[in-house]
Amino acid sequence: MNPGRALALPAALVALAEIAARAHGPSDSIAPPSEVASAMLGALADGSLAGATLDTLVSAFGGLAIGAGLGLALGVTLGSLRPLDRLMEPTIELLRPIPSVAVIPIALVALGFGYRLELAIVAFACVWPILVLTRAAVRGVEPRLIEVARALRLTPLQRTVKIVAPAALPRIFVALRLAAGISLVVAVTVEIAVNPQGLGYGVMTAGQALRPDLMLAYVVWIGIVGFALNAGLVLAQRRLFGMAAKVEAAR
Amino acid sequence: MTSSPLIAFRSVDLAFGDHLVLGKLSFEIGRGEIVCVVGPSGCGKTTALRVAAGLIVPTGGEVAFAGAPIKSPRRDVAIVFQDYSKALLPWRTAAGNVSLALEAMGTPRGRRRERIDALLKRVGLFAFADKYPSQMSGGMQQRLQIARCLAQEPAALMMDEPFGALDAMTRQSLQDEMLEIARATKATIFFVTHDLEEAIYLGDRVVGLMPHPGRIGIELSVDLPRPRDQVTTRESPAFLRLRHKLYDFIHASERGGRP
Repeated sequence: MNPGRALALPAALVALAEIAARAHGPSDSIAPPSEVASAMLGALADGSLAGATLDTLVSAFGGLAIGAGLGLALGVTLGSLRPLDRLMEPTIELLRPIPSVAVIPIALVALGFGYRLELAIVAFACVWPILVLTRAAVRGVEPRLIEVARALRLTPLQRTVKIVAPAALPRIFVALRLAAGISLVVAVTVEIAVNPQGLGYGVMTAGQALRPDLMLAYVVWIGIVGFALNAGLVLAQRRLFGMAAKVEAAR
Repeated sequence: MTSSPLIAFRSVDLAFGDHLVLGKLSFEIGRGEIVCVVGPSGCGKTTALRVAAGLIVPTGGEVAFAGAPIKSPRRDVAIVFQDYSKALLPWRTAAGNVSLALEAMGTPRGRRRERIDALLKRVGLFAFADKYPSQMSGGMQQRLQIARCLAQEPAALMMDEPFGALDAMTRQSLQDEMLEIARATKATIFFVTHDLEEAIYLGDRVVGLMPHPGRIGIELSVDLPRPRDQVTTRESPAFLRLRHKLYDFIHASERGGRP
């Protein structure tokens, strides 16, 4: 299909928003897309948008790195050792359903405002999906391959490096993509809720300053950042696992 | 056959819970011998192979390899699985899959390439060294698995219905290639199949198992001359007599095997 055709709907919606907003007149909550665009250009020009983006991404990626590291280590361990997994299950299943937002007050008291607060909450949010999906990926490794590892008398390290990791990696990367999306959502949420930095705080202050154009510019920008993040990860996934993905599809 | 057997089942019992899969199973495989094991489904032939390969520990008795009991897999006993597509690493090329066995053996990096080339040549896959298993036919994938097993320089090959999933033509070529490999390497072969003609064609001896629990029902010596030939061997009166005996046994054990 012509990709231009798929863009017709969003283009029409933007045009409609422009007309509707102009017909409505000045407002504290909405602004015409043209003004949103010029506010975004202004924020880009004065560096405030770039600074806020950097703050948010540092927290999102930092938290993702911590959460993914923990989740991977736990997922591989629990996926390979069934008895330990059963032992840990109640603990994990009690902690996992706690919404990351509910941890904000605790983290705020313990860590105060700033990067550490945001990193901790993002890491908390990311560790669970990575743990659960990594554990499933490790368990899902073809049992015959594990037998081949036994038949060849591979050491546990060799088995993990040569068989389990490459077999589970494509699915682990899907978990990483999912967690990357979560990390951005949670980072912005923490900024909107309490932390005075980053893109979420930008949305809040613009709203409180009765600048709907700037507020919407931040929201659109967050969308662009999220889109770019996912596109980058999809590209990396194709590059890294093109062959494995083809094999998965052929099965 | 030399005096001491390479593999000896000594009244092997195997129970899964209350279910006795193998009961007092005893037989021997001599050095360099090809023993084919047949039997109706559920007779425990694959289980017997897995016990001999060290993948399962029997609940009673033992399988001895060169006199010592087998408790876990050994590198000089290679296993050829039936489901070749699952037993190969899909993310490694043909060369990479053979390399896995060499890595396990601790073959120095510098000497691997030469070994890989020789092994791939032996199974006729040299031109496909850089292809992935998914780019190969079933017969080629099974040849690749055999090459990986040969990389272990095995004294014995455990083959679990290795050609069962292949079409008739490919199966026959692989049978002849396997016999050639057995001749050249003098490897001892434990070959499980449900194809009675295949068992006679390949084997020095055919062991028929009876189910519930798995035990020896019949043992036939195959005194057909080697090298064997897909046409003349299969047409010879001796072949047909053995085939007749084996069919009678299988039918009888399928009828009477269940209590």
